[in-house]
Amino acid sequence: MQQSPDQIRQAYRQMRLIREFEERLHVENPKGEIAGFTHLYSGQEAIAVGVCENLRESDFIISTHRGHGHALARGCDPRGMMHEIYGRADGLCKGRGGSMHIADLTKGMLGANGIVGAGQPIAVGAALACKARGDGSVAVSFTGDGASNQGTVFEAMNMAVVLKLPKLFALENNGYSEHTGASYGIGSDLKTRTEGFGIPVWEADGFDYFSVYEATEKALDYIRAGNGPAAILATATRYFGHFEGDPQAYRAKDEVKTFRETVDAMKTIREKVTGAGIFTAEELDEIDAEVLALIDSSVDSARNGPVPGEDILMSDVYIDY
Amino acid sequence: MAEMTMRDALNQALHQEMERDERVIVVGEDVAGGSGGSSGNEEAAGGIFGVTKGLKTRFGGNRVIDTPISESAIVGLANGAALAGMRPVAELMFADFVGVSLDQIFNQMAKFRYMFGGKAKTPVVLRMSMGAGMNAAAQHSQTIYPMLSAIPGLKVAIPSTPADAKGMLATAIRDDDPVIFFEHKALYARKGEVPEGEYLVPFGEAALLREGSDVTVVAIARMVPFAMKAVDKLAGEGITCDLIDMRTTSPIDEETILESLSQTGRLVVVDESNPICSIASEIAGLAASKGFHDLRAPVQKITAPHTPVPFARELERLYVPSPNDIEAAIRAVLKEV
Ligand SMILES: Cc1ncc(C[n+]2csc(CCOP(=O)(O)OP(=O)(O)O)c2C)c(N)n1
Ligand SMILES: [Mg+2]
Repeated sequence: MQQSPDQIRQAYRQMRLIREFEERLHVENPKGEIAGFTHLYSGQEAIAVGVCENLRESDFIISTHRGHGHALARGCDPRGMMHEIYGRADGLCKGRGGSMHIADLTKGMLGANGIVGAGQPIAVGAALACKARGDGSVAVSFTGDGASNQGTVFEAMNMAVVLKLPKLFALENNGYSEHTGASYGIGSDLKTRTEGFGIPVWEADGFDYFSVYEATEKALDYIRAGNGPAAILATATRYFGHFEGDPQAYRAKDEVKTFRETVDAMKTIREKVTGAGIFTAEELDEIDAEVLALIDSSVDSARNGPVPGEDILMSDVYIDY
Repeated sequence: MAEMTMRDALNQALHQEMERDERVIVVGEDVAGGSGGSSGNEEAAGGIFGVTKGLKTRFGGNRVIDTPISESAIVGLANGAALAGMRPVAELMFADFVGVSLDQIFNQMAKFRYMFGGKAKTPVVLRMSMGAGMNAAAQHSQTIYPMLSAIPGLKVAIPSTPADAKGMLATAIRDDDPVIFFEHKALYARKGEVPEGEYLVPFGEAALLREGSDVTVVAIARMVPFAMKAVDKLAGEGITCDLIDMRTTSPIDEETILESLSQTGRLVVVDESNPICSIASEIAGLAASKGFHDLRAPVQKITAPHTPVPFARELERLYVPSPNDIEAAIRAVLKEV
């Protein structure tokens, strides 16, 4: 563990923030105040944070339909996100986008995306801009096991190699693509397939922040040295349904329970950090309490946030029209 | 007749057509679902809206095929299988995903017959949910039928009732041309009487759902029940309208619309799409070019605004044309002498 206590505290807080944000949404969702599709990231916290803690301010990320974790890990404002998810005029995207389209360009966060496989080519473009800028920045796309089967991902991989772009493919295998198991949809395996494009892959335990952090560090060293794209492949699970309300008939009853009790990302980082004597359990509990209070107040203010109207409906279709 | 939801009516049509013709296959993401999952249930979904439920159990995995997330290849597969003699019913889940597979739709399936000298047959049905109503935001709520209706070679079917859903899907499957079949997601739970057994609704024939003498109201999909609300309300005031459900936007039943217009002289067209190059524009154009001398008032086009579909409940409500908007439009055409 070569990270400083400050870095570790930050990573732990980010993971806790994602966990509590999502667990709270899972509780709030059935109450009927949140509209639309909500895809939760609980279970995969170590991946988003393990990747994003490696990034510089000038780097870019692009997310997926399951975007809350990536957005929070990249530093998007949790309160603004909560307001967006509640469809408020003062949400991060003025209530126009909702859960599936959270974006913050000022943070280099190029958006959650409702079209599976759309983000990867866009990140290739961002990587091209990074290369042109010549400041060592990179662009990261997150890609699920299901999304990895989309032709756009193959094209993006090849093009990133051909153009030797500073692009990190962060592959997240959470075992499912909606109602279908990853093993059904992926003909070979993600590592071999990605390597087939000429992209080196560092594998990581997606429940373990340190494992993801270190894999990403190596991949980024390779990329920032000017070698072209690299990938990490992190395996974890999602704790909730594909979307809130999913009955999950495809899943064994105790599958999630087992993951939660054995390899859970929060449990893992707590054990490692306290075991190495970096923080005490009480110190971590303090972080938890601060995060919980932030989530509470974000939900409260989001529930009472301003309702968007005609002006928001009709503006921003163009800059000038 | 039996009362059922549009979802179940579609499901019944699929069962009956698969029973009738073993060349009919169903392909798409999670049309069965569950393969590779830890529960071992290999029909865990039956389509995310439940339209394809029970098909895999009944007809097996060779005819009900779950695919990876690869829309371009899903439509390509349907095209190739159709050219080679099968009758695929492919599902795109959300109409917005046409964006991923558009080449296979408009350069390929739509054009084979013409380009290949009239020798090819591409009997694909491409089913997809569409429309606002679930706050699914800009990439999961669009009504893109105008765009696809503009492509020569495609037929476009858009049922608004459970009975039509059943009859039109069966017709689509038996049709030798490619058919884009739109299912409005806010109508899946809509109930209605559905004929039992074999039931076919011909394409290119609009349905006259209400008869009246003051105004012709033309609507599509979810706008049909919305328009019906407005029309029935106004009937209480003695204002009577013809309400026409287009049912197919390619081909368009011009005759029914023009015949009604010749009686009423006033036209309101209701279309959930964006206004530019909409079906509303198409029908207004039809009235201007072929019904000009019947018109006694400017045509009222009721559409969504020229914006993407917004997320928040309040915004989506503002975006989608409402029964009130339709009522106001009917009153407006009546004001003109
Ligand atoms: C182009 C496109 N096809 C299909 C969908 C519907 N869909 C949304 S998420 C998803 C599964 C994605 O699986 P994966 O990439 O593994 O991400 P996860 O949901 O596991 O995070 C599907 C099929 C979509 N949104 N866009
Ligand atoms: Mg997945």
